[in-house]
Amino acid sequence: METQSTYNYKVVRQFSIMTVVWGIVGMLVGVIIAAQLVWPELNFGPWFHYGRLRPLHTNAVIFAFGGCALFATSYYVVQRTCNVRLISDKLAAFTFWGWQAVIVLAAITLPLGLTAGKEYAELEWPIDVLITIVWVAYAIVFFGTLAIRKVKHIYVANWFYGAFILAVALLHIVNSLAIPVSMWKSYSIYAGAVDAMVQWWYGHNAVGFFLTAAFLGMMYYFVPKQAGRPVYSYRLSVVHFWALIFTYMWAGPHHLHYTALPDWTQSLGMAFSLILFAPSWGGMINGIMTLSGAWHKLRTDPVLKFLVVSLSFYGMSTFEGPMMSIKTVNALSHYTDWTVGHVHSGALGWVAFISIGSLYYLIPRLFGRDGMHSSKLIEAHFWLATVGVVLYIAALWISGVMQGLMWRALNADGTLTYAFVEAVKATYPYHFVRLLGGLLFLSGMLIMAYNTFRTVAAGRPVDAKIPAVAAHAH
Amino acid sequence: MSDFVSDFWSIYITVIVVVGIVGLTYLLYTQSKTTVQKGEEVKITGHVWDDDLAEYNNPLPRWWMLMFYITLVFGAVYLVLYPGLGTWKGLRGWTSVGQYKEEKAQAEAKYQPLYDKFMKMDVKAVAADPEAQAMGKRLFQTYCVQCHGSDARGAKGFPNLTDNDWLYGGTPEIIKTTLNGGRHGQMPAFGAAFGEEKVKDVANYAMSLSGKKHDAERASRGKETFAAICSACHGPDGKGNQALGAPNLTDNIWLYGGTEKTIIETVTNGRNNQMPAWKDFLGDGKVHLLASYVWSLSNKAKAE
Repeated sequence: METQSTYNYKVVRQFSIMTVVWGIVGMLVGVIIAAQLVWPELNFGPWFHYGRLRPLHTNAVIFAFGGCALFATSYYVVQRTCNVRLISDKLAAFTFWGWQAVIVLAAITLPLGLTAGKEYAELEWPIDVLITIVWVAYAIVFFGTLAIRKVKHIYVANWFYGAFILAVALLHIVNSLAIPVSMWKSYSIYAGAVDAMVQWWYGHNAVGFFLTAAFLGMMYYFVPKQAGRPVYSYRLSVVHFWALIFTYMWAGPHHLHYTALPDWTQSLGMAFSLILFAPSWGGMINGIMTLSGAWHKLRTDPVLKFLVVSLSFYGMSTFEGPMMSIKTVNALSHYTDWTVGHVHSGALGWVAFISIGSLYYLIPRLFGRDGMHSSKLIEAHFWLATVGVVLYIAALWISGVMQGLMWRALNADGTLTYAFVEAVKATYPYHFVRLLGGLLFLSGMLIMAYNTFRTVAAGRPVDAKIPAVAAHAH
Repeated sequence: MSDFVSDFWSIYITVIVVVGIVGLTYLLYTQSKTTVQKGEEVKITGHVWDDDLAEYNNPLPRWWMLMFYITLVFGAVYLVLYPGLGTWKGLRGWTSVGQYKEEKAQAEAKYQPLYDKFMKMDVKAVAADPEAQAMGKRLFQTYCVQCHGSDARGAKGFPNLTDNDWLYGGTPEIIKTTLNGGRHGQMPAFGAAFGEEKVKDVANYAMSLSGKKHDAERASRGKETFAAICSACHGPDGKGNQALGAPNLTDNIWLYGGTEKTIIETVTNGRNNQMPAWKDFLGDGKVHLLASYVWSLSNKAKAE
């Protein structure tokens, strides 16, 4: 195919298709472990035990599904907004195959019980090394392409993608530093409270930069494109971008309230988590207000529905997060299902919705079609996913608050009103509703897979021509 | 004790935090001065990407700016009142350890009289008191169920507390001693000393003591070994020794299991088992109530 006069869509196509595939795999594992919580008999042998499948689920949805969506969209966006082909096709292809290798290795080693034991950073050191190499290649492709851009200004989406790539490199390397003792076993170089703090500095910024900043980059391209409206406020982009990336770095300690972490660290974590509220909402406002003048499109355009509802969930969970970081609230919510519900309102409602919406925009364009095979099926997917998320988070709100209240309830004599197991028993019905929500969400993804298959089968791979830069873009 | 190895780190943290909060405030302030008059049209910036991507330059929403300022002020005030800026202790003098101690002292002042009332009664009398029994049960459901089970019937390695079979003795005083000091039960490993055959013989003898189906020939050989070695702890008749916590082998009650395979495992590798000491954690009042509750589990008739 033509190389220099077209955009490199091949790598975008590859990552887009794999986003759908890994989305289904990751969410299926999620449904399985949700079922295991309702029916513990479903823990078969060591390989399919909850304790091993749970990290497989989180890694698959965050790094396989979310990661592929980010690679696909960032490569697409950086080319289209810089009017230039990716700086290196070979390096871009390497990031695709390298990232898939990381995912497959994760899917093999985690069920085998090989783990570094750090949440969201479970993969053992040889895989960590591979991630680092792939990530450096990704940075070279992305920033290299930015460097050779044909337009003067860097579009706001690329700020967010760029911050994400830099920060994730920093986080991954610092948190994964470990001393290997064998091929598949290593020990963190940190100890005790320092290890915990480094882990949650990583953990919260993985949320901040991987699951927030990067997907805001996605939002800043696909929302104005699909709505056909200019971004609401450049000024707001500037303020909330810098405030967001500065403040996120401090919020990690709120995962360690009332632990062995020093008091001063906890206070800083809480104060900056609250300050993070407005910068987070800046992105939501900019996205939603972009629609002003185009609200009527929401009635007929299911892709736009995905994008707008994602922003609503984003706003909701970034309000909930700072509230939960307040020590008094955290004393109730910590270690309960509420936390799990909060994560999923972000992961399903925000990350998955914005990715799904963006893919529905992207896939037809990558395969020379005017739109997806069926708009009705997108609509069906939207409603299944929406009802699924709402069931999921509502169930875990109730069960989380209930757990928190049951754990702290005291009798008149100062003894605990409920034994731990009574709280476990009380959560069963809510865990069942959560399973139902997960099943609905997964079934939506299956519809998406079918719709994607039909779209791809009836189309052919297309690499768009790079247009001449318009005069006013200089 | 300071959390910092040197003053440098305290200053380092303080400076970054202060510069951070002031910087955010300044950033917000510099960008907040633009407004639009009513009816004035907001222009796009003039930059265009990818055919049609453009940006308006609307002013920051007032309510959003206000929200941002409020959180910045809250953060600053919070860090004056509470520890956060390096070694600065905060005007309120709050610490998490202090909060814990305070809440614990409050709880003790509130609940101690309840326990004091029962401390004056002996364990058997407490066991007959319905209020004390309800409290004891709740304490048991909090502290003991993890090992002994919510029905107190134990599990493999964790004794059943309802069957009137006691490793160390079941009088109220001894139960209290067990709770206060914990127990460490140890049986040495005999696999190397006996060899496989002898272990099997002894296991069969042990099974014969409890009237279980066994190999009579092996049992008769095992009897000699038992008399020479095992009887030191388990007694010549195999009825055990509560002073040592050596189990009675004649009652067909097994802590780890009574199959030939499990007994062979026990004799070969020995056993090492520990119950934690609760005196410091629970205090006399709760131990007293728990002792009476545990005693009552196997002495229901007497307690009522």
